[in-house]
Order: sequence, then structure tokens, then C-alpha cells
Amino acid sequence: MTRNRTAGPTRRELFETQQRWRSIRIAATSTVLVVVALIVLVPLAPGWAKVQQSFFNGEVLVKTFPKLLEAFKINVMIFAWSAPAIAVLGLLIALARDTKSPALFPLRIFGAAFTDIFRGVPVILTVYLIGFGIPGLGLTRPWNSPYIWGSLALILTYSAYVAEIFRSGIDSVHHSQRAAALSLGLTEGQVMRDVVLPQAVRNVVPSQMNMLIALQKDVSLLSFIGPVEIFRQAGVFKSLLANFTPYVGAAIIFLIVTIPATRYADHLMAKQMRERR
Amino acid sequence: MSKLNLRNVVKRFGDRTVCDGIDLTVDEGQMVCLIGASGAGKSTVLRCINLLEPIEDGEILLDGVDISVPGLDPQSVRARIGIVFQSFNLFPHMTALDNVMLAPRRVRGRTRAELLPQIEEMFERFGLADRMLNYPDQLSGGQQQRVAIVRALAMQPEVMLFDEITSALDPQLVGEVLDVLLMLKQQGMTMVMATHEMGFARQAADKVCFLQNGRIVEEGPPEQLFDHPRQDATRQFLARALK
Amino acid sequence: MSKMLSIAAATLAFTATSALADGHCAAGKTLTEGKFTVATGNPAYYPWVMDDAPESGQGFEAAVAYAVAEEMGFAADDVVWVRSSFDEAIQPGAKNFDVNIQQYSITPERDQVVDFSAPYYTAPMAVLVSANAVDTPPTLEALKGLQWGAVGSTTAVPKLANVIQPDAEPLLYGDNADVNAAMTANQIDAALFDLPTALFLSAVMIEGSKVIGQFPADQGDNPDQFGMLMEEGNPLKSCVDAAIAALTESGKLAEIEAKWLQDTTGVPLIK
Repeated sequence: MTRNRTAGPTRRELFETQQRWRSIRIAATSTVLVVVALIVLVPLAPGWAKVQQSFFNGEVLVKTFPKLLEAFKINVMIFAWSAPAIAVLGLLIALARDTKSPALFPLRIFGAAFTDIFRGVPVILTVYLIGFGIPGLGLTRPWNSPYIWGSLALILTYSAYVAEIFRSGIDSVHHSQRAAALSLGLTEGQVMRDVVLPQAVRNVVPSQMNMLIALQKDVSLLSFIGPVEIFRQAGVFKSLLANFTPYVGAAIIFLIVTIPATRYADHLMAKQMRERR
Repeated sequence: MSKLNLRNVVKRFGDRTVCDGIDLTVDEGQMVCLIGASGAGKSTVLRCINLLEPIEDGEILLDGVDISVPGLDPQSVRARIGIVFQSFNLFPHMTALDNVMLAPRRVRGRTRAELLPQIEEMFERFGLADRMLNYPDQLSGGQQQRVAIVRALAMQPEVMLFDEITSALDPQLVGEVLDVLLMLKQQGMTMVMATHEMGFARQAADKVCFLQNGRIVEEGPPEQLFDHPRQDATRQFLARALK
Repeated sequence: MSKMLSIAAATLAFTATSALADGHCAAGKTLTEGKFTVATGNPAYYPWVMDDAPESGQGFEAAVAYAVAEEMGFAADDVVWVRSSFDEAIQPGAKNFDVNIQQYSITPERDQVVDFSAPYYTAPMAVLVSANAVDTPPTLEALKGLQWGAVGSTTAVPKLANVIQPDAEPLLYGDNADVNAAMTANQIDAALFDLPTALFLSAVMIEGSKVIGQFPADQGDNPDQFGMLMEEGNPLKSCVDAAIAALTESGKLAEIEAKWLQDTTGVPLIK
């Protein structure tokens, strides 16, 4: 005799529902306990009043937040022109490193040196050296702008990382795809462009999302060479008001942007894992 | 003059000799089946003919011209010889139609509009008319393999190579793929196939070659090779394969 | 008799060098009993500290620190130097210094978080321009048109925004060296510093640069007065204030200023 599906949940379904509710209850209870502990216990710490005054000062936050938001536009601007440049340069470097033609050997060496150097040097050093160094060669305004050379420093550094990710993506495309494409009479270049790259790029989208998030944060390093973006603006407020709350405000603005982006990247990654299985 | 001629072809991977002096003649319109245990060198012979693997020694003649000369532009040769693989190897990011159109567009410089009527007709002939706009992962194994065959045929090759094209398929899907090959044979296509389908080889082949350890141990018409094998090795292999 | 005297002298000397006399202002109020721990910048710059060696007592702030210590009853050997950054100094929590002297401008907001001593110096703000802009007349009108830079943590930033109000957004930096680099790279025309720092940078660090003018020290809402920074509620404050008052009274402070900051006269006022 077969069970009628409409007659009601099966034994297993009932059990699983019960289990699910049990998990939810446990999770909720433990979360509430932790939050209550934080809210009750932290203020009991002897230094809390001072910490609150210095880091979580509502008055200061309200006063500085609009200007921080204003300064964040500079971050968004630098990000907006750097990210596409990084994607293009990163891809070119990746292709240069994988080139097989002997005539392009110098290009391959260049690609390898490029990734070694810019992955090996801390971003902040690159920002300093390029941001102050190249304009110091005698460029005239506006061509010596810290916006231009600071952005270039970010672009070079991030291209090196992005190039390596693209290369891993290219490697992840099964060699039988290349064989199939070659067997149809396509040239190496056509195989790369039409068959390998589209798959490689798609494979590395989640990893590249993480690079975007990192870039978004590292844009702030340009503040060291002059631009008054959100990190510098917060620092100015900190010095004027002798209060660290503006940094907390800046952190909030960063999180508003990066948390959804991070969640999205994780979602893409999880989706890809499911598809591969 | 035969269409395709292999003379003493030697292929090594490191110190492992995979093809140990293969001699093979395929005439225009002939279907030749390569049989033998896994690792006997069947697939490698096909990949060498398509210039996917450079050979160490010997020569491969297409219409009497040596195509195995080192330094020869392989694209022009590959455009004349189609190959279909065991694992289909469709491009997963393209629709079935785009898979088929890619090579004619890139290699022959044809436009989509020019190609469409002829390719639509091929899809129809192979029972894939309603699958043209599907992506490979939306197709069954048999459908994917038929698309792969169409993809190779779209370049209008003079010779088709089939590398165990039914090995990865569920048994009930094998028939629909083999039917396609019979259709091609009727149209006079020159074909070389590596296969484990002994029944099909006996029914459709003009010539069957038994490979062992990188050599062709015995060759002949299917009736002779299957019913009256002359070599012990052939007999032993057939006894196991037909059990 | 002479023996008695020498014993008394020896006892006196001993008392003076070892510990503070009971009932002295600073007794029991310093970080380490009998020592006066002073923090300064890392590095500390001319003319505030010479050669980044405050122990020598050379340089304006080093000299002031030793004078204050002496006034409070510490021997020179009892002055202990430590280094700190601005951030360290205003973080909540315990401090590793009794006082911190590195050109801290006294502001009401800062005063809520830390304590300041009475001012030991009133610093005029001065305009340092790059070699390309040395011909700029010292007028507010002319200054507006320049590309400005400043150290982001100083009171130069509000001064720029409120008094000069430049046409282009100023660029801000982490320290004097970075402002220097930006000026050398011709990314900024002018920078705002306290006068002694500006004079130092123009004389030693930035080739071709020049201090073209200073703002009168008493101009506007807040003259820039430097005070020693202390932990909020530090009981030592009254002693330090008394010492500074005494030094001001006696003319000793003016003497030190004249010795180390003499170049500050002769820079035209900005109109």
C-alpha cells in the first residue's frame, strides 16, 4: 500500500521539522545570552565610561557623520576608475605570463617580474613611492596629482593579484577544452579568446569579488599622499575633537558597503561549489 | 590513392612507447574501426592523425601529402579532419548552435546568417532541431555527443575521427549516436573510429584493426577478423570482449 | 666645625639628588617616585628638540622640560624620556608618561579628554611656500589661489578652512616629512605650520621654499598655545602649572624661547 502524499507529513518530515525548531530555539537562546552578556558586562568594566566617551560618543558621531559621508565620495570615485583598469591590466598580465611565442619572451619575463614585485611590496610603500616619487621627477600640474599616481599604485598592485587569479582561472579550464577547440582548426589565440577565457573568467568571479572588496578598503591608503578621503577626514576630526568616534563612523560607512558585497561574494562562491559537485 | 596513410608511426610519452610503428591505410569513403584493450594506443593514433600529438617517427599522408612534417601549420590540416571525443568536450558557455558555429565563423570567416540554414538542417537531420539553443548541461549525453558530431561536421571535413564516442554514454543512448555514424557512412564519409562496440564494428566497418601494445596485430574485413582471427592475441581479446 | 659643615653639605647634597623632600608638590604624584617621565614625539624635530636627542636638553621643548623639572625639584638625572605618538597620548586609559611635550595645541575639545598644563609657548601659524610660489604676496587674497597642504592632525586644518578658505581642496598628510615630500613633488604650493616648524622646514628640509608670512598669534578665535599633555585628572597638573608660572614670572621661559626660537622675528604678518 502506498502512502497518500496529501494525507499529511511523513514521519521523517515531522521529525525533521521538530529538529529544525529545536535548532532555532537553541540558536536564539544562545544569541540572546551572548548579546545580553555584552550589553550588561562590558559597561561594568572599569574603563568603560572613558572608552564610551572616546569611541562611542553619539554627539561626535552625529556631528561628523555627514562630512565623513561626503569624504567617502572620494573613495567611491577612486574605486570607480581603478577597478576597471585593474581588470584590464590584470588580464593582460595574465595573458602575457601564459604566452608561448618566443618573440614574446620579454613580455613573459615582464609579466613574471611585475607580479613578483607588486605582490611582494606592501601597498602602502607602492603608494608612497609612486605617489611622491614619479611626480617628483618634475611633472607639472595636473599631471603630478596624487590622485593619478596614487591610483596607479593601487592599479599596479591589484593587477598583480588579479592577474594571478586570472591565471588560476585559465589553468582551471580542462585541457580537453583546448584540444577540442584546436581540433576544429582554431588558432591558439582564438582558442584562448573564444573558449578558455570566457570559462576562466566565469570561474574566478567570486575570487575577484573578494579583490574588489579589498580594493575598496585599500583606497584609503591614498590618504597618506594627500587626498582627504574618509580615513583622513576621520583622522582630522579625531585630532580636532580628541575623540576616536569618527573612526567608528568611518568603519560603519565601510561596513555598509562591504558587508553586502562580502555576502554576495560568498553567495557566488557557494553557488559555484554546488555547480561543480 | 588512399585518402589517409600512416607509415611506421611512432609516438612516445617520455620513455613509454604508445604507438610502436603503426601502418594503416584508409581509402576514400571507408570506415575503419580500431579495436583493442584500453591503453593499446587506439586514441593516440587518432590524436596523432589530428596533429594534437606530434609524432616521433614515421609519416602521416592525407591525399598523399605528408601532414606530419614538423613545422607545418596544423590549423589547415585540422580543418580538414574532424574529431569527436569520448567526453564530448562541448564548450559549456555556449549554446549548441554557437558550439557548432564557432569554428566555421572563426576559421572560414563565415557569418551566422550564411551558416544558419545549413546548420539548422544538420540539427534537424540528427534529431536535435529543438535543442539548438540549449546549453550543453541542459542536454543528455547522447544529445551532447550528437551536437559534438555536428560541430565537427560543420567544418565539412574530408575525414572524421571518432574516439570511443559511446563509452561515456548510458547503454540506452548508444544507439542514437551509432545511427548517426551509419548515416554518415551512407553519405560516403571517410571515417576512422576507436571503439569497444564490437557489434557495431562487425556490422558497419569496412576494415577492422586489432591493436595491442601500440602495434596493429591483425587487420582485415570484419567477417574475417571476428570469425576467423589468425592471431592468438586477437582470439584471446575477442573471447574476453564478446563474453 | 669644618667637619660638621662638610657633613651637613654632604647630607644636603644627598637629599637633593636621591628623593624629593617630604611635602614637595610632586611627591607621590609621578609615575615613578623621584622620577619625572616626559614623552616627546618620535622622531622629535628641530627646533623643538635638537638631533632627536631630548636628553641633551638642547632645543626649545627639551630645555623647557628640564627647566620645569628643575623648578619642580627634580635633578636633571631624574628626568626620564619616552616617546609617543599623538594617538597614544589621547587614548583612554593609563599613560606611560607624566607629561607629554610635542607642540600640542590646547583646544577645548582635547581638554575634555586629557589635561593640559598652562601654555609654555604661543605659536603663530606661518605660511611655507614652495620654490614656485615664493613671490606670492602675504595677503589672504593671494593665498586663496594656492594649492594647500597641511598635517591632518594639527590645528592648521581648521585654520585653513576658517581663515584662508582656499579655492582648491587642501591635501592633508600624516606628518611633516610627507608634507615636505608633497611640496618637493610640486603637488602643493603652500603649507601651514607653526612658525618655528615652518622656519626649520624652509631652512633645512625643502630646497627653495620660503616662509612668506605669519598670522598674528592673537588673531581670531583661538591663538595656538602649546601645553604639556597629561592624563585626565593627573594630580601633577598643579605642580607643573606652578612651575611654568614661576618660569614665566622669572623671565626664564622667555630666555629659553629667545635662545632656541630667535629666528621667528622678522617674518611679515599676513594681511
